[in-house]
Amino acid sequence: MNETLGIWGVPLAMVGGMIRVSTPYLFVSLGETLTEKSGRINLGLEGTLLLGAVSAYGISYLTGSPWLGVLAAGGCGVLMGALHAWLCSRPRVNDVAVGIALMLFGMGLSFYIGKPLIQPEAPLLPALELGSWSSISAVRDALRVNPLFLLGIALAFVLRFGLLNTRWGLTLRTVGESADTARALGYSVDGVRMLATMAGGFLSGIGGSFLSLYYPGVWNEGLSSGQGLIAVALVIFARWDPIKCLYASLIYGAAGSLGPALQSIGVEVSAHLLAALPAGLTLAIMIATCSPERKLAGAPAELGVLN
Amino acid sequence: MKTLAPLLIPLTTIGVELIAVFAALVLFAIFLAVVGAAPFAVFADMVQGAFGSMFSVQNSLSRAAPLMLTALCTALPARMGLVVIGNEGALLLGGLAAAATAMVFHGALGAGVLLPVMLIAGAIIGGAWIALAGWLRQARGVNETISSLLLFYIGLGLFLYLVEGPLRDPSSLNKPSTYPIGDANMLGNLPGMDVHYGLLFGVVACIAAYVLMEHTTFGFAARVVGGNVRAAQVAGLPITRLMLVVCGLAGAAAGLAGAVEVVAVEGSANATLYAGLGFAGVLVAFVARQHALAILVVAVVMGGIEASGGVIQRRHDLPDAAVDVFKGFLFLMILASETYVARAQVAVQRWVAARVVVPEPPPPGPAVAVSAPSSSSA
Repeated sequence: MNETLGIWGVPLAMVGGMIRVSTPYLFVSLGETLTEKSGRINLGLEGTLLLGAVSAYGISYLTGSPWLGVLAAGGCGVLMGALHAWLCSRPRVNDVAVGIALMLFGMGLSFYIGKPLIQPEAPLLPALELGSWSSISAVRDALRVNPLFLLGIALAFVLRFGLLNTRWGLTLRTVGESADTARALGYSVDGVRMLATMAGGFLSGIGGSFLSLYYPGVWNEGLSSGQGLIAVALVIFARWDPIKCLYASLIYGAAGSLGPALQSIGVEVSAHLLAALPAGLTLAIMIATCSPERKLAGAPAELGVLN
Repeated sequence: MKTLAPLLIPLTTIGVELIAVFAALVLFAIFLAVVGAAPFAVFADMVQGAFGSMFSVQNSLSRAAPLMLTALCTALPARMGLVVIGNEGALLLGGLAAAATAMVFHGALGAGVLLPVMLIAGAIIGGAWIALAGWLRQARGVNETISSLLLFYIGLGLFLYLVEGPLRDPSSLNKPSTYPIGDANMLGNLPGMDVHYGLLFGVVACIAAYVLMEHTTFGFAARVVGGNVRAAQVAGLPITRLMLVVCGLAGAAAGLAGAVEVVAVEGSANATLYAGLGFAGVLVAFVARQHALAILVVAVVMGGIEASGGVIQRRHDLPDAAVDVFKGFLFLMILASETYVARAQVAVQRWVAARVVVPEPPPPGPAVAVSAPSSSSA
């Protein structure tokens, strides 16, 4: 492709890579935003992501329908979210520790379920050929987009609107800002957090299904490169704003696809350092904007882990 | 009865945790039955594989050693009210530091000298990594849970980059590794055992952490900060320095764990080191309720569960991830039991208060007067 496009092949390959790599980040970070807006942190999304990936692959293999697989992945995520929310609603139970336990549990369970799924090939999700107008194959490759990505973008806008302008969004933010106020208004704090964590799990599970059913489109134990865990950092990076989650996911995706794109023109950059770049960026931003006197702008006040 | 009363509270805690373990066993039994295995046969073989023979006991203890050290990385700061979860990063960089030290001083230092230098280098780098999280909290107000998690990602990136790039031994083809530290520099086994010295380090570190935090003025000061920062400020305690030292010691323990894995098991730093020992350590610390001596017990049990994975894989044709599922049940149940621990403690205290015969002062005069009209009315 580089014969015809020259140096333009790099940004083009990056766009394609960015879209592919950023989709799971997008879903997981939108889910975590909902959960954290309710005032609770779920560190177990890595487990949810993997469980979603393996269940999507398994259901797609058994039924022949990848979209049923996506739904199954979301369902598994709902169950994991419900488990997290129920455990954390008990007094004195630590949400950070429960998150890590759920991460290890989800990983163990998905590796267990996934043992017989490493070999077989499941039907994958179809792609939308948005670049079919072009005669250049590199453009067509870059614009071969999965519907889940477009769904994710739409969801970011819907969630942003919903959080700011609907009764549900206001309730969720009230619970996250002041549980006592929400209680005084007659809302069930545990109930709202349960729903928010289940919704977060649903989206994370779908993020996992993208990994196994589209890109890279296989099931193996090294499928996730920590997208579930890094989502927590991503949400802080995005300041709990769904639209900024979209931008942040694209930046993370770009960092992830920069390596292969540069490699194609012969520049070797360590993929591992690039993978660590977003985390370094998030830390740098936190160092620059945090101060001992005040909390991060946009952080839900009930989010114990940040206060 | 009265002399037993102080023991009743820890016994209650242990009792509740044992019920949680039982609940995890029931859940795992159901899981095994669903996947078509015989639960009781699997349990029997797990016990056999963990502690059934001298070989399996030693296997379990070898696996417990790094968990003792990485658990301290969470447990020590927890006494100061900090939740550190970046143990894995300190472990990886500690292991890398040990391997890099061997590359720098190879030939320059004798075997007896290089080995402690490698271990100390690992502890220093690990300590600096977690102390950085503590410092960021004090200086910039950055939450230590999040910063230690981010530092783990940065540490993982650095580790993999250096192992597969600048520090890579070109002859390590399939499994990129640093240059081997050399057989002469490896950490040996404890006398008469097939367990390396890392176990001794882990046990000594846990006991030392217990003494430091519970029986010294330093530990008391640290716990005051954990209990009430305001009170610590008013008392003029050097909070920042305490935090840096405690986080430094915590990270040093995890860094030492990584260094020990390199000098006693792997012989070089490679991606095998990234095996979740740090995250498992976080959970060991929580299950041990951040108590340094309890970590010893929990780590040995966890080491045993891991050691049993191979046996049930061979005898029952279960994937090795089966023990991970069991560990997941176990951690979740014990963390959930936390909510019942406090209730049980209150119940036990009430029960004791109702039964312990406290010599009461003789009833005051009016009591007699009260009984008189009642008898007259009868």
